[in-house]
Formats: sequence, C-alpha cells, structure tokens
Amino acid sequence: MTTVATPATGVLRLPNLAAWLGVAPFFLFAVMFLILPTGSLLVGAFQDHDGAFTLSNLGRLWQPSIRLSYLLSIEISLASAFLGALIGLALAIAALRGGLPGWVRPTLMTFSGVASNFAGVPLAFAFMATLGRLGFITILLRSVGLDIYAAGFNLFTFTGLTVTYLYFQIPLMVLVIAPAIDGVKAEWGEAAEILGAGRLQYWRMIVAPILWPSVLGASLLLFANAFGAIATAYALTGSFLNIVPILLYAQIRGDVLHDPNLGYALALGMLLITGLSNVAYLYLRARSDRWLK
Amino acid sequence: MKSGKLGAWLAMFLGVAYFLAPLIATFEFSLRMRRGEYSFDAYRVVLASADFHDSFLYSTVLGLLTIVVGILIVVPTAYWVQLRLPKLRGLVEFITLLPLVIPAIVLVFGYVRLYGSSSILPLTATSLGADALLMFGYVGLGLPYMYRSVETALRSIDVRTLTEAAESQGAGIWTILVHIILPNIRSGILSGAFLTFAIVIGEFTFASLLDRPAFGPYLQLIGANRAYEPSALAIIAFALTWACMGLIQLVGSGIRIPVGKR
Repeated sequence: MTTVATPATGVLRLPNLAAWLGVAPFFLFAVMFLILPTGSLLVGAFQDHDGAFTLSNLGRLWQPSIRLSYLLSIEISLASAFLGALIGLALAIAALRGGLPGWVRPTLMTFSGVASNFAGVPLAFAFMATLGRLGFITILLRSVGLDIYAAGFNLFTFTGLTVTYLYFQIPLMVLVIAPAIDGVKAEWGEAAEILGAGRLQYWRMIVAPILWPSVLGASLLLFANAFGAIATAYALTGSFLNIVPILLYAQIRGDVLHDPNLGYALALGMLLITGLSNVAYLYLRARSDRWLK
Repeated sequence: MKSGKLGAWLAMFLGVAYFLAPLIATFEFSLRMRRGEYSFDAYRVVLASADFHDSFLYSTVLGLLTIVVGILIVVPTAYWVQLRLPKLRGLVEFITLLPLVIPAIVLVFGYVRLYGSSSILPLTATSLGADALLMFGYVGLGLPYMYRSVETALRSIDVRTLTEAAESQGAGIWTILVHIILPNIRSGILSGAFLTFAIVIGEFTFASLLDRPAFGPYLQLIGANRAYEPSALAIIAFALTWACMGLIQLVGSGIRIPVGKR
C-alpha cells in the first residue's frame, strides 16, 4: 500500500500540513517518552560527575560485582531461551504437523497467548505455590519419596528462575515460530517423498535449512525477553539473585553503586544486549519472511 | 507415521502437564488458609481489603486512560501514514517497535532522570504529574500492539475510497476519523485495547519505580508479607488475563505476539 497520494478532493487535497499535524502527537510522544529518556541515559553513561566526557563508566562495568551480574543474567537468559525455544518448537511442530485433531492447534495458540502474558508478579506466586518448599509439586514428590530440596533444588536460584521463566518463554516461542512452520509447504514433503527422500532426510535437508533462521531469530527474541525481565525475578527472589535488572532496580531506588553515572552505564549495557538481540531477530525474521509469502 | 503421531501426543501431554501444574498447585494453595480444610478464606480476605480495592481501581482507571490516549495517538498516525505520508511508514514502524527493544527498567530509569524533581519538567514532583508519566509509559508499553492491530485493520479497508466518499458528502476530517474510519477498524482497536489492558493491569516495574499506588506493587507487597493471599491473587490475575485474551478472540482478530510487562 505505498500508493503515492494523488490529491483529488477535500481532505485529500488539503496541504500536507494537515497530515503532518495529524502525526505530530505521535512524534511528540515518541520524542518525550521513548527517545529523550533513553537518550539521556546514553549521554549520562559517557559523562563524569561534572558532565565532562569520559569512557571510565563503561570501563568500570568490568569490576567483578557488575561483571558477575551480567554473566548471571546472560546465563539465565541463555538457558531459558535455549530450553524455551527447543520445547516451544517441539510443541509447535507437534500441534501443527503431528497429525493431531483440528482443535489442538487453536487451543494451543489461545493458551499460549494467555500464558505468555501471565508473567510478572503473579507468575512468581504461582511457582512458589508449586515448587516452593511447601509447594504442591514439592510435597507431592516428597510423598513418593523424592525430596527435591534435599537433592539441591531451590526455587530461589538459577535453576528455579529458569524453570519459572520457561512458563512465558515456551508459549512465546510457540506463537513466534508457528507462522514459520506453516510456511513449510506440504507439497515440499510430497516432492521430497517422490524423489525418494526418507523422513529424516526430508527434515534434515529441507525443513531444517528453511526453519533455522526463524528458530535462531526467535531464540534471540526469547533471550532479550528474559534479559530485560525483572518483575518475576524480583517477586520470586527479592534481591537475592544479583541479575542486572535487579541491580539496576536497586540503583534507581537508592543509588547502591554510589555513582549515578555508573548506573547509566549499567543501563546502556542492558540496552546494548537487548537491542542487538532484537535487531538480529528482526533481520532474521525479515529473511525468513520471504519463504512465508 | 504412527510413531510420529504418538510422539506428538506425548509432547502435547507433557506441555499440558507443565502448564497446568502451576495453576492447579496455585489454586490448591489458595484454598489452604483455614487449617485442616479447604476454604475460600484467602479470596475473602483479599477481596475485602481496602488496599486491593484502591490499587485495583487505580490500575483500572490508568489502564482505561492509557487505552484512550493510545488510540488518540495511534489512529490518526496510522491513518495519515496510510493515506498521505507513506514515506513515513518505516520510521513509524521502527518507533512502535522501540518499547520491545528498550527494557522497561531502562526506560523508567530515563524517566526518573529526565523528569525527576530537579529537572526542567519535574513530572515526578507532583502526584498528578507522576500519574501522567506512568500513563505515558504505559502508552509506550502498549504501542507495539496498538499500532500493529490498528494498522492491520486499516489495511483491510479501503481508506482512500471511504475518505473520498465521506468528503463528497461534505464531512470534515474529524467526522471522517470518528464516524467513518473508527467504526470500520473497531475490531483492531478493541484487540489492541484488551492487550494493552492485560499488560498494564499488573505491571510492576514502572509503577514501583515511579512510586504509584498501582496493582503491581500491591501484589509484590502482599507476596513479601503473606502466605495464602498471593496464590488467590495469582488466580485472580490469571482469570483477568484469560478474560482479556478471550475478549480479543471474541472481537476476532487473532492473537498478537505479546512481549512486555515482565
């Protein structure tokens, strides 16, 4: 729909000024509440106390406590993105290509829409009731002789947070990857069969090469999604797990780093990581969209 | 093929088990408040609490305002981009994706710095200013979904012909937008609105850091101090999310990809 306007009557003949006035509130909003606030942090990340230019804030992100925060955040995001992508892909393939009854697909999609939105504080509550020390599953497993806490599991740790994040990561993967799986045409399978390809060959040599940019892109989206998440982690562990968003939260609340500019650099680091993964996701999606036409 | 089908059933079964277990567990836990027997005491306590009422009302009103302001910003923009300014499409789409790229915690940090009490425009200094700031933050969170829904709906109607037809009957631009375009893209607007509401109602990061008495921070506080009420609240929140998604299905424009609010 990129038809260039050929003014005919009235509104369509109005000077472009009217159109520009119509979109002005949007751009004013974008500048005031998206671009300037983010920009002010970027500027602050490169300033010292007196406002002079410096790179030292970025350099000081390398100090052990902050470096470990980034590392922990990246590990949790990687683990939940990898597992989420893998399980989500398997579920989506099973629902869309597994020869299941017709009602399975819409049910799964609707449920995924709900579950991927059921995040934040209530999700933390749900997992405390499930896998906490007095949780339903914990007690159920103990009654059959499997004490997961004695075996070293703890909800308020790396593993616990990853399992909890999977609750929104898996459905998100299902929603993001379903169009790509639909893009794999049934005819290609038939063509491959006629040409004598086995099932394994078909999946390895036809489906995998077509799907992998989508799968990689979706995994990056999941990674960024987990990396920026805070509400679930904060409600679950308080400030026990020192991931970057929680450190940043504490910094905004009470300048725990004792240096506002270091805080801005911390935010810049986060933005770089989520920004790069999102850009890569959008690039890969645009690439694979060609197959979905 | 038989084994493939069996595997598909197994995958679905495991998936269903993983997603239902926390819901069943949470519901069971929420019934345990009274010692020795199941009861709805936790729900009764929560629903009777003034803090619950106040924070829920606050977030509901803020959510509705967010939707109205979001529509006012998005609909004219999408309309003009479609009709007269197609060269802006790329830029507008890029901007609407920004809230997915910038983590909420980073964005609110920017708000605190830019609109803090010692800045040129100290929005956080007054409670009304902070409410407005929170609302604009939420408009941002909902922007990707609202824009996508409205834009898809606009593409499915013939904006140019509708505009010309209305013009020839003597309608002004305001009449065209409100009486012609808006009713024709109602389903898009509604699904954007319900998704925005689902994101906003329990949002924690913005509300907590801007110190607003919203539902999200209330939930967190209860979680830190009570045993059974959080489970009851989680069930209520889940039901709310279901309601919003159900309404989106009902107005009939399918599921959008949701990212945000975490």
